Amino acid sequence: MDFNGSDTIPGPRTEDHLPHTAQAAVKIVIVGGFGVGKTTMVGSVSEIRPLTTEETMTQAGIGIDDNYGSDSKTATTVAMDFGRISLTEKLVLYLFGTPGQERFWFLWNGLFEGALGAVVLVDARRLEVSFDVMGRLEERGVPFVVAVNSFPDAPRYPLEELRTALDLAPEIPIVDCDVRRRASSKDVLMTLMRFLHSLALSGALT
Amino acid sequence: MTPPRRRRRRPQHLPAPPPPPPARPEGGSDSELRNLERLYTIAGPGDGGRAELDLVTLIVARSAPPPSASPEEAAVLRLCTAPLSVAELSAYLNLPFSAMTVLITELITAELVQARAPIVRQALPDRSLLEAVMHGLQRL
Repeated sequence: MDFNGSDTIPGPRTEDHLPHTAQAAVKIVIVGGFGVGKTTMVGSVSEIRPLTTEETMTQAGIGIDDNYGSDSKTATTVAMDFGRISLTEKLVLYLFGTPGQERFWFLWNGLFEGALGAVVLVDARRLEVSFDVMGRLEERGVPFVVAVNSFPDAPRYPLEELRTALDLAPEIPIVDCDVRRRASSKDVLMTLMRFLHSLALSGALT
Repeated sequence: MTPPRRRRRRPQHLPAPPPPPPARPEGGSDSELRNLERLYTIAGPGDGGRAELDLVTLIVARSAPPPSASPEEAAVLRLCTAPLSVAELSAYLNLPFSAMTVLITELITAELVQARAPIVRQALPDRSLLEAVMHGLQRL
């Protein structure tokens, strides 16, 4: 990589600079199957144009079909789209979403560690694409809420029917949303925060 | 019409995930070795332990780039005149996250940047933090 031209490395626009008072940042991860609107949701509430970071992992760490005795490991690049919301002068929220390959996210050290919680975005036309990622969140003990993104031609299941189909614990919120709308995405995030707050109050997280 | 059905899973006590591979050479394919070589070039010769850097740890420059700074170190120092997360630095410099943490660790060791709110890997966020996030979101 040529850094000699680093004067020209694009940085944040002036209006995208965080205030010098920014002291701490928290993160929320938006998960779900391919094409359910994760990046759209990040973009609808972010104050900056969504950015992409990536991590490189070798196949050996991925735990899929191993090549019995073969030394060849292939590197896999996992990309994450993310956006940012300045909550106060001191506190910043980052939202991470990702295109596809959800089984790899869980090998990204530090992606879920330290996250406040997760939003599972669901497409009612393809509920099953979200099953695996929900199971992985449960195994990891990452608290999450479910948001059903409205697509015009999606079947309209009552939320309680979806709750049953998704085998959600009764306390886990499930809401409808249209992530193209900023207000709707914000409502989803508030739903997650209220849920996390109730968990903290009840001591369920201790 | 009935939707497909899922079965809930239980929390597992997973072993600690393996360390990210790029900074730890253990052999491997040619492409992997090339990758490692590149990472070490960026990170410089030092092989100190990596700081506990999260994707959202905020990095702030403590000084202007010294003449001895490598081009990529200088790029980081110029970008973080205002606080920037490790994730944003990784995005702007087009470097993988783990390579970015190696580079930032060097800069922390050299006291050229400051990491704000080094992440405490606590199991639960505390209530006042959650409330601050909620109040901030409500004003959105």
